[in-house]
Amino acid sequence: MYSRYLVSLLCLGCLVLSGCERETRAFHDEAPPSNDVSPTSFRAGGPPKPVAKNAQADEYERNAFHISEGKRYYEWYNCYSCHAAGGGDIGPPLMDDKWRYGGEIEQIFSSIVEGRPNGMPSFAGRIPEQQVWEIAAYVRSMAGNAAKDAVPSRGDEMKNTKPLTQIPHTPVRSEPPKVQR
Amino acid sequence: MNMGAHRATWQQACGAFASALLVAGCSGKQAALDPAGDQASTIGSLWTLMLWVCGVMYLLVLIFLAHALWKSRHALSSEPTTHGAQSSGERPLRMALSAWFGLIVGGLILLSLGSFFIDRSLASAQLDNALKIKITAAQWWWKVEYEGETPDKRVITANELRLPVGRPALLELHSEDVIHSFWIPNLGGKQDLIPGRVNSLLLTPRRAGEYRGQCAEFCGLQHAKMALDASVVAENEFESWRQQQLAPAPAPSTPEQVRGHEIFMSGPCVSCHQIVGTPAAGQTGPDLTHLASRRTIAAGARPYSFDALRDWLRDPHSIKPGNHMPQVQLSNSDLNALTSYLDSLK
Repeated sequence: MYSRYLVSLLCLGCLVLSGCERETRAFHDEAPPSNDVSPTSFRAGGPPKPVAKNAQADEYERNAFHISEGKRYYEWYNCYSCHAAGGGDIGPPLMDDKWRYGGEIEQIFSSIVEGRPNGMPSFAGRIPEQQVWEIAAYVRSMAGNAAKDAVPSRGDEMKNTKPLTQIPHTPVRSEPPKVQR
Repeated sequence: MNMGAHRATWQQACGAFASALLVAGCSGKQAALDPAGDQASTIGSLWTLMLWVCGVMYLLVLIFLAHALWKSRHALSSEPTTHGAQSSGERPLRMALSAWFGLIVGGLILLSLGSFFIDRSLASAQLDNALKIKITAAQWWWKVEYEGETPDKRVITANELRLPVGRPALLELHSEDVIHSFWIPNLGGKQDLIPGRVNSLLLTPRRAGEYRGQCAEFCGLQHAKMALDASVVAENEFESWRQQQLAPAPAPSTPEQVRGHEIFMSGPCVSCHQIVGTPAAGQTGPDLTHLASRRTIAAGARPYSFDALRDWLRDPHSIKPGNHMPQVQLSNSDLNALTSYLDSLK
């Protein structure tokens, strides 16, 4: 009788474990085919339009491999030069809740691919799409918005912030740029 | 009679096969027991010393074990060999144990002395006229840079080491990410490449030939496919190779190569790769200026050929899954054009 319990417990455990998306490694280019987000979602005054969610893009935020690859590409493609380790330098910070052009992963993807005014270059054609999604997932994780079991609790670089597993979810409140009066 | 004859020939065949296997391990292009350089010979002589000392000890152990097993078949009925200082077996036993102890101490002294002298000879640097080469290991490829008299005479290549016979080569070892280890068994021992630290290794090749080296410290997903092609050639051949590598990449000649050049320059390739003589100056991935003159691609993953290169460009992860080169979707004609262009970079 005990052995039957044990066997069923083992089967259940295997089922549970097989649902782990945390470590699935997608090496081939499986990026979502298209992304329809553009900055004209924002209008003067009033709340921004809701973003069309891309179901495939969601898995990038929940996958440890994609986030760690995004972290490597963040350094390789020199995002550090303007955004530092997320605190911002000559570019805006990426770890807070103020997003000029939207903080959902689809909007971050658009910002990287299209470029933005005042200095954000367009990386269209220079960074393959799969890698842009990975960088966007890493940027999301800097603001606490990635799955907590997919981010490392101890990063390799020096940071004066809490570990990524302890950063609370920051709301993705998007504001249009403030006008100087 | 027939069974006996069968068994004899079967045993002969097995014996021949086994000895062929054993001998095959002794020579080749990645064989530590086939030294082609000073450092490898020195380490080889230490290995031989250890083999003889430990082999003799092991043989003695086996002989005494066999003797003990044989004796014990008859000893149960008779009196014990030794029971006190007056018994007959006491003196021979004492002499045997003293001799055994002396053998062990002697063997250990021999091995320690051997190790000391070998280490000392490996550490004494003969640096006159040494060729200076800087090797940077990244996941999962080797960046090889030959110093020149002036900075513009610096040769940069990847996954390939060419050395002149008889001239010591001082390798300066760096790492870009994690710990790797440099090992060309025919030429010398292993030396780690540690991020944040500069190590050095001296190799003095004595025999021309083609050898294969490999990363010897686990460094990630494709550690097994991080090989290095080492060629030892005559001094004048080495100089002409160096001059050829200093030349910038040849311009594309056929229309297909021109199209391939355009694809390279306008796509993600330039973010990571460098081709001297073109605007591409990415430093993250291997230098491609003379890609088509190398023996293998992807750090020894495949021998170089047009088809291997095309397979790699179509999907690097079909050859080396998990390596840092992303798959870029290209149409078939674009893929052929790009491959033709890269194939022209001799």
